Amino acid sequence: MVTTVTNLGRSGLSDWLIQRLSAAVMTAYLLFILGYCFINPNPNYEQWVSLHSALPMRLFSLLTILSIAAHAWIGIWCVLTDYVTVRLIGPKATAIRLFFQLITIAITLFYTIWAIDILWGI
Amino acid sequence: MKTKRPVNLDIGTIKLPVTSYVSILHRISGVILFLAVAPLLWVFEASLESQQSFQSLQEWFANPICQIILWGSLAALAYHAIAGIRHLIMDFGIGEDSFESGRRSAWIVVVVAIIAIAMITGWIFLW
Repeated sequence: MVTTVTNLGRSGLSDWLIQRLSAAVMTAYLLFILGYCFINPNPNYEQWVSLHSALPMRLFSLLTILSIAAHAWIGIWCVLTDYVTVRLIGPKATAIRLFFQLITIAITLFYTIWAIDILWGI
Repeated sequence: MKTKRPVNLDIGTIKLPVTSYVSILHRISGVILFLAVAPLLWVFEASLESQQSFQSLQEWFANPICQIILWGSLAALAYHAIAGIRHLIMDFGIGEDSFESGRRSAWIVVVVAIIAIAMITGWIFLW
């Protein structure tokens, strides 16, 4: 069996499940923020900071950025392995795909560290 | 693998059903969202950093270029979330029994997304 080395879970089934769990987390976060803005349409700075400095909210935000990272990694991997292929763009495809996969992983890590820095810098 | 295998699927010559457009837009919006995380994190950081940076966001949102970036990010988010919820519902075995039910839910995604993006457009540019 050939094992892919650039996808997140090293197995399609694992990626499939991670993609859905992370989607559920991000949807819950989106609905929460929408609900908050619906109840309190124009929060002032103090209200906004007190919301995001509470530990449960920090953990929810952290879980969401980790979900974004995993979801993006898997999603971009799917797009790259579908379109940046030898059949579609020629013999250089593998090198180009690997380059973009590494860039994706780097950006994903950057986002995650940046978000943690924001959340624990409040 | 032989390199000269025949490939019959020439997407460009095939008339695609609505489900295909909903699917490819889900991918395009996903790639846009990956890039949109940067401006959204930047806004999130500014909103929490200090009273001054929180208030300066008001001025940023009045700038047309910022409005367009914010509109693109939120429109992609709305579309991707709505089309993604369709997939999650289908994973629970609802509406994935026939092509007709898939076509119907794809149209629902189109309509709900147009309403959501219209609301985002109104909020950013008109309000």
